[in-house]
Amino acid sequence: MSSMTRSFFKTYFLWELLQGLRLTFRNLWVRKFTVAYPEEKTPQSPRFRGLHALRRYANGEERCIACKLCEAVCPALAITIESATGPDGTRRTSRYDIDLFKCIYCGFCEEACPVDAIVETRIHEYHMERRGENIMSKDKLLAVGDRYEAMIAADKAADARYR
Amino acid sequence: MEALLNALPGWTLLPETVQTVGVIVAQIVPILIALTLCVAYLTYAERKVIGYIQNRIGPNRVGYKGLLQPFADVLKLMLKEVVVPTNSNRFLFVIAPLLAIIPAFATWAVIPFTDSFVLADINAGLLYVLALTSVGVYGVILAGWASNSKYAFLGAMRSAAQIVAYEIAMGFALVGVLMAAGSLNLSEIVRAQAGGTLMSWFWLPLLPLFVVYFISGIAETNRAPFDVAEGESEIVAGFHVEYSGMAFAVFFLAEYANMILISALTALFFLGGWLSPFAGLPVLGDTFLAESGFFWFALKTALFLFCFLWFRATFPRYRYDQIMRLGWKVFIPVTIIWIFVLGGMVYLEIGPWAR
Repeated sequence: MSSMTRSFFKTYFLWELLQGLRLTFRNLWVRKFTVAYPEEKTPQSPRFRGLHALRRYANGEERCIACKLCEAVCPALAITIESATGPDGTRRTSRYDIDLFKCIYCGFCEEACPVDAIVETRIHEYHMERRGENIMSKDKLLAVGDRYEAMIAADKAADARYR
Repeated sequence: MEALLNALPGWTLLPETVQTVGVIVAQIVPILIALTLCVAYLTYAERKVIGYIQNRIGPNRVGYKGLLQPFADVLKLMLKEVVVPTNSNRFLFVIAPLLAIIPAFATWAVIPFTDSFVLADINAGLLYVLALTSVGVYGVILAGWASNSKYAFLGAMRSAAQIVAYEIAMGFALVGVLMAAGSLNLSEIVRAQAGGTLMSWFWLPLLPLFVVYFISGIAETNRAPFDVAEGESEIVAGFHVEYSGMAFAVFFLAEYANMILISALTALFFLGGWLSPFAGLPVLGDTFLAESGFFWFALKTALFLFCFLWFRATFPRYRYDQIMRLGWKVFIPVTIIWIFVLGGMVYLEIGPWAR
């Protein structure tokens, strides 16, 4: 009997609905999580996997030796490499294309690279305006690498002790 | 208003009927403009409140803190094409939004904003309100029928059944208000609640009716959690699925105008309209807080409007059969029982309104 009366009062005084309302009302005053994106940004890890880059050694020599490990490991088949003998007789790439539409930004190419040539930088704010711009050719990749070498090196150094 | 018009050169030379019409129009236009602005900012408030409840910020890009967002929305909708579906009934399709919005606005004629200002102080005000709020459903039904779309049709049918069910509970709740106030005139109903603090208002002696009325009001306006008429997961957007551009905007306007209307009516019937809750408190003296006026009416309406948004952010949508069960098997019996209780109380002269 008492449980019946209790459930009667619970039903007719909308007890559980009021509990729900209390919960939402409390959340009205909670600090908001929204990040106003272009003005505010969330912190980024040095491991962030964004736009790709090809690096050089300090003396200006390309790191990439056209071993094609990245091409082999790429799960999305986004990398296309053709190799040739360079002017100094070393093995070099004559073509190194990454299709950014195919790429899933898994970072396997970076993991596979024995000479730390291909890296994924923390650059994530880029866009394409025309068809074909999604292909990152060797020149473009090297240009990115040259431009952001300081940042890439710092990120690699920060992550080195965990590898 | 009349004095303002009298100051116009040549105004007094016009025939008397023209003058009367002029005065009425001069009262209608500000009310309509204010109402439209309220609707615009109600949409903004809804997005802000629901955003805050969900730990978000809500619109904050257009203007300072997003305050111009409603105007941006209206501008966008005005520039969009009104698509009339093939094989739809063109005449009904165009007239349906009007049928939805006209009653929502016309009802404001009898709403007393303050003790002295009401557009049409008619004695059958409550009947007028009931009649017009019922007409609003025709817009919804016609929209669903004229669209020649199964989703719109299903939405309209659901909405019609729901509104019919809750109209009855609403009517019974208002019978209680009538018994307590002894008048159909909305101003008289508010005056009957005067005399003292908020304990003399009708919400306390008519508590079950107050709850039933407000919940039925939410169901009447097809708002969450009773928005099966536009249940996104089942029937896309319900009756207005085929509407775009300004035709859709008019439906939107009508829904929000109805929300404001239901809130205002609840404030009038149960929370003493323009009466101040602190009237007669010696501490406040002559400050505006103790004075009855439009401020209090607006505040009470805003309180109920906040409840509309709050409920939408809190409750999941009712299942259709549960809505029908709640309407027919819970609300109608509750209201009838309370009317009998009320009858006994009036007969035995118990209660604050006993005469």
